[in-house]
Amino acid sequence: MSRKITGVKASAGIVIGKALLLDNSDLHIQSVLVEDTGAETSRFREALEKAKEDLLDISERVEQELGTEHADIFRAHLMVLEDPELVDTVQAKIEQEKVNAEHAMHEVAQSFISLFEQMDNEYMRERAADIRDVTKRVLSHLMGVELSVPSQLQDEVIIVAKDLTPSDTAQLDRRFVKGFVTDIGGRTSHSAIMARSMGIPAVVGTRDMTREAQAGVTLIVDGHEGIVIIDPSEKEIAAYQEQQILYDKQKEEWAQLVGTKTMSRDGHHVELAANIGSPLDLDDVLANGAEGVGLFRTEFLYMGRDELPTEEEQFQAYKQVLEQMDGKPVVIRTLDIGGDKHLPYLDLPEEMNPFLGFRAIRLCLDNQDLFRTQLRALLRASVHGNLKIMFPMIATLEEFRQAKAVLEEEKQSMQDEGFVFTQPFEVGIMVEIPAAAMMADMFANEVDFFSIGTNDLIQYTLAADRMNERVAYLYQPYHPAVLRLIRQVIEAAHAKGKWVGMCGEMAGDLVAIPILLGMGLDEFSMSASSILPARQLISRMSRDEKAKDTEQILSMSTSQQVEDFVKTQLAKTDN
Amino acid sequence: MVEKKIVIGLSHGLHARPAASFVKMATSFTSEIKLVKNDKNVNGKSIMGVMASAIAKGDEITLIADGSDEVEALAALEKMLLEDE
Repeated sequence: MSRKITGVKASAGIVIGKALLLDNSDLHIQSVLVEDTGAETSRFREALEKAKEDLLDISERVEQELGTEHADIFRAHLMVLEDPELVDTVQAKIEQEKVNAEHAMHEVAQSFISLFEQMDNEYMRERAADIRDVTKRVLSHLMGVELSVPSQLQDEVIIVAKDLTPSDTAQLDRRFVKGFVTDIGGRTSHSAIMARSMGIPAVVGTRDMTREAQAGVTLIVDGHEGIVIIDPSEKEIAAYQEQQILYDKQKEEWAQLVGTKTMSRDGHHVELAANIGSPLDLDDVLANGAEGVGLFRTEFLYMGRDELPTEEEQFQAYKQVLEQMDGKPVVIRTLDIGGDKHLPYLDLPEEMNPFLGFRAIRLCLDNQDLFRTQLRALLRASVHGNLKIMFPMIATLEEFRQAKAVLEEEKQSMQDEGFVFTQPFEVGIMVEIPAAAMMADMFANEVDFFSIGTNDLIQYTLAADRMNERVAYLYQPYHPAVLRLIRQVIEAAHAKGKWVGMCGEMAGDLVAIPILLGMGLDEFSMSASSILPARQLISRMSRDEKAKDTEQILSMSTSQQVEDFVKTQLAKTDN
Repeated sequence: MVEKKIVIGLSHGLHARPAASFVKMATSFTSEIKLVKNDKNVNGKSIMGVMASAIAKGDEITLIADGSDEVEALAALEKMLLEDE
């Protein structure tokens, strides 16, 4: 009987193959008293040397296959094995407590692992996994156990494991590994990143895949949906094979579009940009041919830590993104926190209605030290690329004017200190409050650009919390009320020669794109993986034709009507 | 033994890569190297110790070197902590 397991989609694609269960469970360590501590110490030394040789080999191979960055992981592992606090402490333990090397190594390593696990910075917590990985390597040499990663594979397999460590993935024979499924992990865990860089499908965080799947069973891994089917029926296999062929064909078509501009069939250019949450997302952004960054959420700089980020830290992050985008536009949104998103070190009271409360620009205008630090970091970074500064949650013109005035003050004071601004930068607002959309014509006199944040605009327009399942049906991107607001913003901006982008989920939605293209939206910012499909769709449509549909769409009375109309039109485009 | 109070100038503090460079340089001297932050002592040749101490930009620490090449060690390591490469 086929069974379906869901997890986190970590790397796109579909693969059908046999499961290879990787048993990388913890080694069972026993404590034994030893008489000859000298012999035990040399046994420890030998295991250490063997582990170092392994790591040297691996780092060289990985350097060739995957590049320096991946190899650095193993060079860091080498440094751990050379750490005197580890080596000397283990030796002292063997000599003083007369215990076996396995036990001593395990205990000492464990104390470091728990030290790192307790740190409140995610990066540091991940280092615990590195120490565990390298410890296991030494222990396996001490115990004469082979690490269970088969470096020699004969057949194509899908690796099923609790989790995959850097050592595991480095030792896998890439020619035969066609997919990963793991019990734990998220989109940014090592196994997920690895799968994406190898270009193979992966589903992670399935919780109990290792318990559900037997070795050798057939699996379908659907990395688009985050689904794994164990022991599929012939019908399921046939259906997925068909999807796989279609997807591979699609991927080839998309790959052709990476370096191209986004042009409609009738020759109009629109910009397809990416939303990012950290500089780490840039590889994905560039690989998918984004023409810019349409939304850089700066919250990550403030989260997972116990104090505000310094100006210097922020400057480095902004500069990195601007430089890597190499002159392409980068819209950086100032801090959007408060309400439901709390920072432990900012003592914000609980609110009855967080989405209508003290957040984003409202908080920044009140806590100006925090705001000014961020603005100075942005201003300093402006000389490193094509920066556009965006204020979130603007409801009234006064808010925009105040925010802009603070920015001008900081700019002036930096100029007085001798800072030279070599690049002009635009200042705009995110339109996510219906009041701002209604007043777009007034805003258009003062802002350089608008970016419509549809996730909030939709929920404020229909007064429905999209996280609340019972009212989620009211979250309707194609509702004529939402579309009328969007059109109003675009027209008001264009009347004053300003550009309009969109940075909510809707911008990458294949049903919404034809409508938005017809309305004249200038920039669409979406998750990186949506860019190439969107570019392909736009290349097949005529903007002028879509523009003719706009009036008709805006005079429809329900979301359903709009959706049906666009889907019918799209079906015609496909043929 | 020589020691010096230093305010960390590295923009990311002694984090990941800078920590590795620091430990590598510390290991190249025969002197013992210690970092003291808030009365806590860290072996400057221990990558795990240095990383776990989470020394950040602006922290005031005491750098101690003790051994035959202590003066050179102190000078070289101080330079490293003061500014980005």
